[in-house]
Amino acid sequence: MKLTDIQSKVHSTFFKEHQKKLYQSLEDKHTTIEEMDDGDPLKTKMILNMGPQHPATHGVLRLVLQLDGEMIEKTKLDIGYLHRGVEKIAENKTYQEFMPYTDRMDYLSPYSNNVALCLAVEKIANVEVPERAQYIRMIGCELARISSHLLWLGTMVMDAGAISFFIWTFKEREKIYDIMDRLAGHRFTVSHSRIGGVANDITDEAMGAIREFVETFPKELKDYHKLLDRNRIFIDRNEAVGVLKTEDAIGIGATGPVLRGSGYAMDMRKFSPYLRYDQVEFDIPTRLEGDNLARYFVRMEEMSESIRIIQQCIEKLPKGPVRTDNAKQAYPSKDEVYYSMEGMIHDFMMTDTGICPPDGAEAYSAVESPKGELGYYIQSDGTGHPWRLKITGPSFANLQVLENILDGEMVADTVVIIGGMDPVLGEADK
Amino acid sequence: MKLELTEHLKQTVDALTERYSDKLIEVYQSSGDTFVRVEADANVEICTFLKDELHFDYLTDIFGIDRYTSDERFEVAYNLVSLKHGDRIFLKVRCEEEDPELDSASGVWPAANWAEREVYDMFGIRFRNHPDLRRIYMPEDFQYFPLRKEFPLLGIPGSIELPNTTPDSE
Repeated sequence: MKLTDIQSKVHSTFFKEHQKKLYQSLEDKHTTIEEMDDGDPLKTKMILNMGPQHPATHGVLRLVLQLDGEMIEKTKLDIGYLHRGVEKIAENKTYQEFMPYTDRMDYLSPYSNNVALCLAVEKIANVEVPERAQYIRMIGCELARISSHLLWLGTMVMDAGAISFFIWTFKEREKIYDIMDRLAGHRFTVSHSRIGGVANDITDEAMGAIREFVETFPKELKDYHKLLDRNRIFIDRNEAVGVLKTEDAIGIGATGPVLRGSGYAMDMRKFSPYLRYDQVEFDIPTRLEGDNLARYFVRMEEMSESIRIIQQCIEKLPKGPVRTDNAKQAYPSKDEVYYSMEGMIHDFMMTDTGICPPDGAEAYSAVESPKGELGYYIQSDGTGHPWRLKITGPSFANLQVLENILDGEMVADTVVIIGGMDPVLGEADK
Repeated sequence: MKLELTEHLKQTVDALTERYSDKLIEVYQSSGDTFVRVEADANVEICTFLKDELHFDYLTDIFGIDRYTSDERFEVAYNLVSLKHGDRIFLKVRCEEEDPELDSASGVWPAANWAEREVYDMFGIRFRNHPDLRRIYMPEDFQYFPLRKEFPLLGIPGSIELPNTTPDSE
């Protein structure tokens, strides 16, 4: 379809230049096969704008699809509808002040984001973190992974046509929210990690809830497997849909379960172990097919691996402090703040100036968030604010994959493929 | 400064020193990460070399840094991973404030496409031979580059067209 045809039909009110360029780039994509086009006499071609408010795009993602009948010829993605400029905000905040913003990046697994930022700051500023805090963080991260995968499972299966499944996965997510409530004091955006440790120790109540969840969840997971693994409709919708080959996946920068579903066992927890992942046993689930079903199996197995990790963490959880006892590097405990003058001063200094990494230092630290490699690059200028803080989000990388694998698929499969990619626009848009 | 490198990274640095001695500016480490800075005009050549000869086949990200200095103001860093050897290296190039331009690495790694669009959107660094150089987060009608240091945190009033607050007004 020619740009002039599109423009005669679409009358955009805002950002006219933006729309024009977007359609232009759609026209320009794979121009080599376009030479065959002889004017579309049967009028089977159309441009479909899907989103940004489409319920199946899991956020404010806009897809511009060029269709030939029901077949997608080419796709362009338009992201940025949720752009809040967190990297700019980070440059004007202390490291600890920036923490709540990370919760709102990938809002389905806030705990991993907090830990990712903390690890980067601890790396650049040489902060020692007590052993107990490391294990508490690991428990939190793995719970966040299960929570995120459960949401993915519910919505993805709903996209494939099964509505009630969504309610069952949310029943389990609710339990994780309750655990987070007891562990961190917040249900959703937890901000539990602190630079140098965690905010508070794990209470008996929270521990009890985690133990109970670890006991009961594998049974639920088994039921999910029973319902879906051999389900004719589910397999037909997902098998050989959205296929991504291993070499393409590596070239295009796919990450997380998408890369592992395409046959490459890349996992930050093994690639560059952080926290205490080198002291627990777990496997990296991998599939070779690279289709949506492979991604399903990878994520389902990751959930049971997470349960395995949590069990080991509970066993190994050492006694001791949960935050480093260096007032220049971390907040003092509330007991000190309320009952001693120095504690009060240190608390004030941490809030006002914060931790100051050395001038000119740079560090990159990546964690395996539920969606893939989540990295924080920090460049310091010696003050309490980062000079540059760059967030490498897995959703951004996987959305780029989406733009390339949708070509040639059926339009009805787009929602399932998006569901299988599991993007979170809060993170992709920053 | 003494470098502490793994075997493969040492091999990488040696190969770069040998082959591109005139293009290599510095190799340094900070907080355990290895950074290699090269001349801006050789970035794609060295990227290709790193990918083909030294197995840096996975591009995690490309990002810009505003150094806010009068000469060579902008810096672009390539975050490269060698899956085979389990190593990570950062390749850096610098460019001038006036009309910053670099060659695109999207021919080497397709993953560079969106990453370079992001750098362009945030810093205004243009990439030559990029297949689709559009803004990625901001609308195309937006005239500024938000992550440059002179751009105010609160934004520039009136720079983005917004809907009317009252339904009747034009």
